[in-house]
Amino acid sequence: MTPNLLLCLLAGLLVGCGVHLLLARSVVRALLGFLLLGNGINLLFVVAAGPRGRPPIVGLGDESQPMADPLPQAMSLTAIVITLAMTGFVLALAHRSWQLSRSDVVEDDPEDARIGLRALENDMSESDFHGGPGADPRHVDPDEAPPGTVPEEDDGTHPDPDAAPPGSAPGKRAEPGVPGSDDAAAGLDADRPDHVDPDPSTPEPPARRPGQEGAL
Amino acid sequence: MSDEMLHTLLTALVPLPVLLPLVGAGIALVVRTRTGLQRAVSVTTMSLVLVIAVTLLWGADTQGRLLVTVGGWLPPQGITLVVDRLTALMVLVAVTVTFAVLLYAIGQGRGAMDRESGGNAPVPIFHPTLLVLLSGVSTTFISGDLFHLYVGFEMLLAASFVLLTLGATIDRVRAGISYVFVSLASSSVFLMALAMIYAATGTVNMAQLSVRLAELEPATALVLQVLLLTGFAVKAAVFPMSGWLPDAYPTAPAPVTAVFAGLLTKVGVYAILRTQTLLFPGSPLPDLLLWASLLTMLVGILGAVAQDDVKRLLSFTLVSHIGYMLFGVALASPAGLSASIYYVAHHITIQTTLFLVAGLIERRGGSTSMSKLGGMATMSPGLAVLFLVPALNLGGIPPFSGFLGKVGLLQAGAEQPTPLVVALLVGSVLTSLLTLYAVSRVWSRVFWRPPTVAPVTEDNRLERRYERRFALAPGVVAPTAALVLVGIALTVAAGPLLAVTDRAAAELLRPDGYVALVFGGGEVP
Repeated sequence: MTPNLLLCLLAGLLVGCGVHLLLARSVVRALLGFLLLGNGINLLFVVAAGPRGRPPIVGLGDESQPMADPLPQAMSLTAIVITLAMTGFVLALAHRSWQLSRSDVVEDDPEDARIGLRALENDMSESDFHGGPGADPRHVDPDEAPPGTVPEEDDGTHPDPDAAPPGSAPGKRAEPGVPGSDDAAAGLDADRPDHVDPDPSTPEPPARRPGQEGAL
Repeated sequence: MSDEMLHTLLTALVPLPVLLPLVGAGIALVVRTRTGLQRAVSVTTMSLVLVIAVTLLWGADTQGRLLVTVGGWLPPQGITLVVDRLTALMVLVAVTVTFAVLLYAIGQGRGAMDRESGGNAPVPIFHPTLLVLLSGVSTTFISGDLFHLYVGFEMLLAASFVLLTLGATIDRVRAGISYVFVSLASSSVFLMALAMIYAATGTVNMAQLSVRLAELEPATALVLQVLLLTGFAVKAAVFPMSGWLPDAYPTAPAPVTAVFAGLLTKVGVYAILRTQTLLFPGSPLPDLLLWASLLTMLVGILGAVAQDDVKRLLSFTLVSHIGYMLFGVALASPAGLSASIYYVAHHITIQTTLFLVAGLIERRGGSTSMSKLGGMATMSPGLAVLFLVPALNLGGIPPFSGFLGKVGLLQAGAEQPTPLVVALLVGSVLTSLLTLYAVSRVWSRVFWRPPTVAPVTEDNRLERRYERRFALAPGVVAPTAALVLVGIALTVAAGPLLAVTDRAAAELLRPDGYVALVFGGGEVP
């Protein structure tokens, strides 16, 4: 079989543009990239179907001519249907992302960023060296659950389990009495993307901060 | 019962692991407003599929491979379904863990997922979606047609997208977007490979491909092989295509993470196993796969050691242990493949168990962050046991199945002592030790050290409320305990099971038997 050069080049162009767009951080651009990629691959199926001009259905036209291979057509139809369904899902996801954060940018994983930051600062959690916060009575205080936090865990209106009291950031409370260490912990929390860009529909519960200070 | 009748009956069972969950999903969706009825439908479906999977494994082991030509369309145009020992074993393990996860989700109650996602979770879709996921997984295992395999992948991916973003909270949407795009990209690579394979050989039937790919120019066949491997390696989270996994999994609800960790990467491993042995038996690419295996093990486990969140730590060990399965595939020897298949069965069970236990820790302690947890051993000794057994199993402590699988792999490696294989033997042992370090870190910090959160003593009423809220219901403990027992059973029944995997590996290394079955022993067109 001699493949059609023009179709091959076109498929290559579409796939190339698709890959370029797929690498973008914007969800919509990446989706367009996926669509281009899908179209490029469907063209590859057309190339694989053999030479052009053969009848698609037996019984129409010249009976002596061989029929077009129906299998690649069936396969690219299946692929088109699947791509359509996936596109619908991604559009819904992009819309939801825009609803929640007014952006369609793919965010970094906050936990990953936090671990990376700790590695940069060569910061070891103190519980690797001591018996844990419970071994030192001073450590119990900042983590002690104020009565206010218990129903808060229960009511479930707050979807972000990471939004813990600032004092509980690991490795940053060796000296709870020193204001500097607490500030550093608060600063670390403020660097996290989920704190920079809080969810507008669920405001931070106001009870936490006063309860925390009361415990200190 | 005559042999012929038995064979007909067994053949009739072949499509059911795909069909039954799909039918069940439809019914469960229709009765979504009636919780009890929906649960009954899902549990009945799972029980039936479990019985069928056991029967299929017995049948494939005693009667040989089973073949179904779908709709009577003969191969190579029609789709063929083939059940051999590997397929039957994979279906059985997949159904077992999915069943346990379903029971866990039922025990957790409808309220749990609502609470996690701020009351927005469309929970009635959980059961139907889980059943579609199982159907997709079964499709990829049973299919004897490469394009049908792709469709199975898309089925399970679509279901996994819905499950991962359940409730659509900000965290899950963020994790979901990157997971969706990575999955779509890997599927596109697979689809591209399919188009090129069809252009080069004119077929996507795996039995026919087994013959025709061998007739291609070696360079062309290599391009096709590497394209397929790339697509599957993303799904299996093989380094350097493993970065998406630890970001995507931890945000989902506990049962969802558990079933993903158990099944989705192993589907990729299965696809690699199948294509390497059936389609490209002549070029196992040992060096490429051995390097990928070594780096997957080491990078994965070093990532696990640095983590603070239990779920993320487990996700990294998941990536790391994919390296073991790839090791056996790369060796391409009967002993290597057998150990690899055993390791897949072991790892699906253990990793699902550990993620369910992480869910229990989250329920009991209110978090999965190790810096916030502590004192769980005194608070909940039963939970400590449930964690310790699979954790030691994962770390490869004798006599558990993790140890047996690793010993099998080491023995298979020692049969071909090239320098790279020796490096892998060292890497495997090192990874095993580091896994033990990572899980013992969880043990000492979450369970062993004194509690971080002091008990609320000034208000007993509040304390009692706290206890009641987070007490572990038998409905969630029982499925987890059952999976722990299945993990132990893999050790107790290791003799017969290893005999089955030995026969499965021998079967994989004789692809001509597969081809002869599909084409009825006649000439391959």
